[in-house]
This record gives sequence, structure tokens and C-alpha cells, in this order.
Amino acid sequence: MNDALQDNPADLTEYLSFRIGAQEYTVDIMSVREIRGWTEATPLPHAPSYVRGVINLRGTVLPIIDLAARLGLPPDTDNDRSVVIVVQHYSETVGLLVDAVSDILTIARADLQTPPDMAADNQHRFVSALIIENERMIRVLDLNNTLTTTENQAA
Amino acid sequence: MSDPMAEIKASFFLECEELLEQLQDGLNRFEEGDDDPETVNEVFRAVHSIKGGAGAFGLTALVDFAHIFETSMDVVRSGEKSPEADDHKTFLVASDILCDLVAASRDETDVSPERVEESVAALKAFLGENGTDPEEDEVDPADFQPMGVSMTLPDVGGATTGSPGATQILPDLSALPETAPEPQEDPGNTSAQNAVPGTPGFSIHFRPDPSLFTSGNEPLHLLKILSELGETTINCHCDELPPIEQLDGEESYLSWTIDIRTTHSEQEIREVFDFVEDLCELRIETQEIATPDVFAPEEPASQPPSSDTEPPTPPIPEVETTVSKPDPQPSVTTAPSVSAAVPSQPSKAKETTAKPAKTGGTVRVELDRIDRLVNLVGELVINQAMLSQSVVEAGIGSDQNVAAGLDEFMQLTRDIQDSVMAIRAQPVKSLFQRMGRIVREASSAVGKDVRFVTSGEATEVDKTVIERLADPLTHMIRNAVDHGLEKNEERKNKGKTSQGTVKLSASHKSGRVLIEVSDDGGGINRQVVLRKAIEKGLISEGSQLTDSEIDNLLFLPGFSTAAEISNLSGRGVGMDVVRNSITALGGRISITSETDKGTKFSISLPLTLAVQDGMVIEVAHQTLVVPLNNIIETITLTADNLREMGPATTVVQLRDDFVPLLDLAVELGFAPPRSSYDDCVALLISPEEDSMAAVVIDKIIEQRQVVIKGLQDSYGAISGIAAATILGDGQIALILDAGDVISNASGRTRNTVETLQLTGAIA
Repeated sequence: MNDALQDNPADLTEYLSFRIGAQEYTVDIMSVREIRGWTEATPLPHAPSYVRGVINLRGTVLPIIDLAARLGLPPDTDNDRSVVIVVQHYSETVGLLVDAVSDILTIARADLQTPPDMAADNQHRFVSALIIENERMIRVLDLNNTLTTTENQAA
Repeated sequence: MSDPMAEIKASFFLECEELLEQLQDGLNRFEEGDDDPETVNEVFRAVHSIKGGAGAFGLTALVDFAHIFETSMDVVRSGEKSPEADDHKTFLVASDILCDLVAASRDETDVSPERVEESVAALKAFLGENGTDPEEDEVDPADFQPMGVSMTLPDVGGATTGSPGATQILPDLSALPETAPEPQEDPGNTSAQNAVPGTPGFSIHFRPDPSLFTSGNEPLHLLKILSELGETTINCHCDELPPIEQLDGEESYLSWTIDIRTTHSEQEIREVFDFVEDLCELRIETQEIATPDVFAPEEPASQPPSSDTEPPTPPIPEVETTVSKPDPQPSVTTAPSVSAAVPSQPSKAKETTAKPAKTGGTVRVELDRIDRLVNLVGELVINQAMLSQSVVEAGIGSDQNVAAGLDEFMQLTRDIQDSVMAIRAQPVKSLFQRMGRIVREASSAVGKDVRFVTSGEATEVDKTVIERLADPLTHMIRNAVDHGLEKNEERKNKGKTSQGTVKLSASHKSGRVLIEVSDDGGGINRQVVLRKAIEKGLISEGSQLTDSEIDNLLFLPGFSTAAEISNLSGRGVGMDVVRNSITALGGRISITSETDKGTKFSISLPLTLAVQDGMVIEVAHQTLVVPLNNIIETITLTADNLREMGPATTVVQLRDDFVPLLDLAVELGFAPPRSSYDDCVALLISPEEDSMAAVVIDKIIEQRQVVIKGLQDSYGAISGIAAATILGDGQIALILDAGDVISNASGRTRNTVETLQLTGAIA
């Protein structure tokens, strides 16, 4: 938030938008490493339900998070068109399983709206900002919360 | 962030490690009787370089100690004293201390001052015994220095002491003007003490390579420095100089013969050429006191009043012209006479090689980078396999060009893989050197005379293996010294040499590394071991055990045979810890012992931790890899060998033992227990000697080498899973951590009534 205040509100940032079920999300394009098609993951024992397993990304072991399951959304039955967005957050590289990648949006900082704090909605902590684009509401995914909680899930 | 000084410092410490290794190596060879002067020089240089670097960083403790060590080595090097067996020990201990001091400086910790003082005292004692004479020699001139200003001293010296030398020198002096009009001495800089008659002389032949000039070095400076060291006569040889029209400005045509009389050692003269020794032809010959070619000591005495700093100037134009625009004229006349004088010198001189023996250069690379390379190569191998498959599927596999190209590709990837793996491999030498130190410390602590013999130091093992071997090996070496070897008197009574021997060897054996620690001590006292084991309740009284079974009792947790706890061992860390760390490396340890002949521990290790032999299996439609060294055998379960134990657990009767039955699919949470285990395939796994289980799997696919990929970084540790690997089809398979599976096992193989209700409730 501090960053957003210090930066020029007119600064433009590019976001990659994608779809999970009926909802639209975005992530900062700078954290996206690549986008690849879905390949069957090797499941990990004792893993939380939203961890689909690991896949082979050019020789490294890449954990895959089923974003729909992570966000508590109903699972999409049509898996054929699923896409893995490989994101890097600090030193952590993780694949996010989403339904489809839709667009690249260029958004000024001033257009990012802080989401209202609503306690009943468990999922709001995954959204760091809201954008209105062509009359649609698009959520900016909070990578920090999405990824870091993978470890302390048991707690 | 990191400040540049810290970085330089870090690289200094890295360099120190290399130097310390050289130092130890040199000292070891020296101790074994290698009297090659180059060995001592190497030792000296290593200490000297450490001192120099330490000085630059103001590490005074290190500098002080390195200095006295260096002085001792200098005495040895100059041949003042040839060290005896005890002195070698002193040196080795000193190198240990130096090692500690370096480590302490790096980690900013302290070394116990007593140990340093003790070693300093030992070195001083060494210097004191025989070092007094040379020291006095060196001290004397220094004491004279203030008086030497009067410049009358050389006169007196020459007249009184130099009788035989002076008379011989004089005739040459008369011949001097004709033979060499050009040569320059440097009386102004030659202070009296440097020119004391009777001081040794050197004849230096110096021929710069063209590269010396291109690298920005300047012979004139070297000549100047030389003339500061003593009384010099510099002759320039220009007979190779071609006529001006054929002259190549980038060639080097000139060479010099410098006769120098000095109290400085040859090493110090050599140091002048430190930076250019690879860029020139350098020969330094020691001259006898009365070398005819050396100019008389009378001359400086006659000249000083007239000229002080003038004399060095004449060579300047000459040398400068050779560098920029060589002018053959002025010196050509002198050349024949000088070169004629040269051959007379080697007859009396002892020639030493100028270039130090250079060991193969190394590059330090971060392990991360190599790991990345290993990953990529692994991927390349998989890709290559996929490509081959698609070529066949596309129906062009029979095309000769395609097939040949694919073959070559396969060969190349295999070569690359081997080379990359070889990068991670390191010789065990550094590890063995550390063990040498352990032997020294341990033997002095228990007062035993121990000889440490190593072999196969060049054997290469994966870097991680080397790092993780240090602790268990230390423990085993200490054990060998403390428990393995008998006391000196006891050995004599047995008719053995009073000096015990501890051997450490490494070798490659059928794709694994074999490391053996052996001693020629009393062997394992099996009665004592047996009694101890019964006392501690490790085995029941009256058990009948074979010799090797008794030997293996040593590996049981909580076993220590030392009757009393000595300084060294018996700290509660037993051989079980050693065995665990070896097993963690995918290794095995075994023990053989013969009464009064000694004990031998053999460790067999995989060549690398990056690749492992594994059994590829299938469980609940998942492919998994079980490390091959954990598998004892495969068994087929039948109603005959299955025994129900508790309400939810089963054991397998295997000959006379009962082994717990684990369903891997259940343990990993992939599937519920099966209704029947009849006819199932199970692997008998035993990651450690005392844990064993029969693990039910669906089927065995193949046995192959797998490249290990860590999971920790990308996901975190998973219970029961050691790592992951990528199979030929590009899929990831998990590698089982058999030890973890067994220790965390639920053992559930049947659905009991409660669990059925529970699962029903959830559903």
C-alpha cells in the first residue's frame, strides 16, 4: 500500500487477467514467468487439497496450486482448457492452475481500488485490489497470501 | 549489502584454504623424506602468501604466527638446519594452528592462546637450537648498519678478512676495463653490510620474453631493485640484436647477466622476479665466495665519495631504448666479452629451476550454478529420449541420416551428463588431510605414537558426500587411535613396532566409492563387547553370536567399549551415529577385525548424491522410486505368511522373523487399505539395520538410475518422501524415504469397524 501511495498515481502497470469459473482475476505481469498447458501432475502425499501435485518444468519440480480450490470456488469440470500460470514470488516459483488466460490489462495505479473489508468472506484475503474494466469487476490476486499459506495450512 | 572489502577478504580466505592445503601437502611430503628444495619452497611460499594477505587485512594474530612459522621454514630452506622427526611434527602442528587462525580470522572467533603459544615456543625452540648461528649472521650486519654509514667498514673488512678472496678478485679487477666497459655497479645503493666480503654471490641470467614487455613489466625496475639488494654488476647481452632494418619492435632481443653480492638469500632475489617469472628465462646461480667474475669489493670503497645516486642512471637510456626503439650500437661491443664470461660460471654454481612447480589451475564455481547445469542436462537427457520416441512415431526412424544424428545426439548428451557430474566430484585429498590432523591431535592427547598412512587421495567423490563424511570419519579415526591401537609398551610386548599405524584409503569399486579406516591394533575384544552388550541389555544373556555379529554390536545405539571415558571418545556419540550418517549418504558400513592384527571399517558410498539407483514401482496408479540400497528383497505375500496382529495391523512371517506389513498406498494417503493382501507384491525394505518392513506395492516397473531433484526448495519437506526425480517420459516420480515411511507408519492394513464408521461419517 505504501508503494502505491509513493508512486505516481498515473503510473501504468500491466496485469495478466485470467478466469476461474465465472470470476476474473489478475496478477502483476512482472511476477509471471510463463504460461503453459496443463499436464497431469504427480500428486504429493499428505498435501492440502488445493495442491494438485508437482510437474516437471524443464528439470525443476514445480508445485501446482489449483487456484479454484485455493479460493474456495466450485471446481471447473471442463479441464481441457486449463492453463498453468507459472508465477515467481520472491524465491518461490509455483504454477497456478486456472481455467483460461484472457488478456493483458494496462491499469493506472489510481484505478486500483482497495477491496472493502468483509469478514464473512474468507476469500477476500486473496484479493489485494479491485479494478473496473469494461463494466466488469476484476480482482487483483494477492500472491503473498495465496502462496505463503500453502505451508501453514494445517494451522 | 556486501562491501567490496568483505568480498576481497572472502576471496583471501578461499585462497588461504588452497594455500593451507598446499602447505600440508608440502609438509607431508617433506616429512616423508622428500628433500627436493622445491617442496620446502612451496611450504615457505604458502606461509608467506598467507602472511602477506593477512597483513593486508590487518589480521595481526595471523601475521605474527605466520611470521615465526615463515622464519622457521626459511631456516630449513636455506639449509641451515635439516629438521628431524620431531621438528616435522612441530611444523605440522604449526600448520594446524595456522589453519585455526585463518578460520578464526574468517569467522571472527578466537583460537586458544595457549595452543598458539605452545606452537610458537616449539618453533622458537627449533630456531633456537640450530637457528642461532644463522640468526647471528643476519643480526650482525643489521647491528653494524648505523656504523656502516661511515663507509670505512668495507675497506677494513676487505683488508682484514678477505685475504684469500681479495687476492683472487684483484686480478679480475685489472682485467675489468677491457672486458666490460659498460657494466654498472651500484655502489651508491650498496650499503656496506650488503657488500661485506665473503658474502655469497649470485649470478642471475635474465632473458625477458616479449610477453614481459607486453604485460607492462619493465626490466629496468627489476635491475634497480636488484642493485638495491647488493653490489651488482649488470651486463647486457645484445648479440642477438639484428640490424636495425630487420628489427621487430615487439621482439625481445636483449638479455642480462647480473652478478650480485649480497647477504640476501636466493629466495629474496627470486622474489624480485616474482611477477615476471613466467614471462622470462631466469637462471639464478649461487657463486662461491671468490667467484672471479664478481667485481672486487675495493671498488665501491673508492667510488662512494664521488657518486651516490648517480651510477644507476647510465643503464636507463640503454634499457629504455630496448623497450621502445632498440638501438644496437652502444652495447654491441660489449656483448662478446660478456657472453664469454658467462660459461665460466655454471661450473661452480648450483643451478636451481626458476619456475615453481605449478599445480593445475582451478576455478571456484558456486554449487548452485553446477546444480542448475545438472538440472538442465537431466532435462536434456529426457528431451532426447522424447525426441527419439517422436521420431519413431513419425515413421522416419528408419531414415539413416536421422538415426545417425539421433545416435550422435544421444552420445553427446551422455558425455555432457558425465562431464557435469564430474564437476561435482572432488578428490578426497582435502578430507584426508583434515584426518591427518585428527590423528596428530588424538595421538598426542592419548600419548601414543601413531603413523598415519593415506592412499587413494585422488579418488573423486561428490562434493556433498565429502562434506558429510568429515564427521563420521573424524569419529572413526579418533576411535582407531584411542581404542584401536594399543599403548606403545603393550605393542612392544606383543612384538609389534611401538609406533601404531592408522590407515585411511579411498578407492573406486564397482561404481561405488570404498573408504577404509584401518588400524594395526589389538582388534576387537569380543568378550568385552559381548559382556558390555549384555550389561547394557542390548542382547539377552546367553545369546550365541558369531564373531561378525559381535563386531556389529558396536553399531548399536548406546554402545561404548572404552572402560573409562577419555578425552577423545566416549562422549556418548557412538558408532551408531557414524552408521546413521553413512546410511544417510546412501552408504553402508561394515567392520572386520582380527585379534592382534587390527580392525578395519569399510564404508561403501554411492559416487554421487545427484544420481541414485532406484526401483521404479507403481502404487495406486502413481509411479514411485524406492532407493535400491534400502531394498533387501521382494516377496510375494500369501495367506501362509500373513499374520493378523492387531485389529488393523498385519505382520509378515519371514523365515523366523515377523516383519510389519505396510501398505504404501495407505501410508501415503493415496488409497484405503485393500480387502486382501493375498498375492500382493511387497518389498522388504530396511533403511537401517534395526528397522525393517514389508511394503505392499502394486507392481515393480523397472530398476534404473534416477536424477535426484530436491523438493524442499519448491514445496517443502513431505513426510515419507525424500526427493523427486524425472522419469524418461518427463513425468515426475517421488523418491521414497524408506526410513521416514517406517518410522511414521500407521501400519493400517485393514479397515476396522471404527474407521469404517468414521469414513462413513465423513462421506
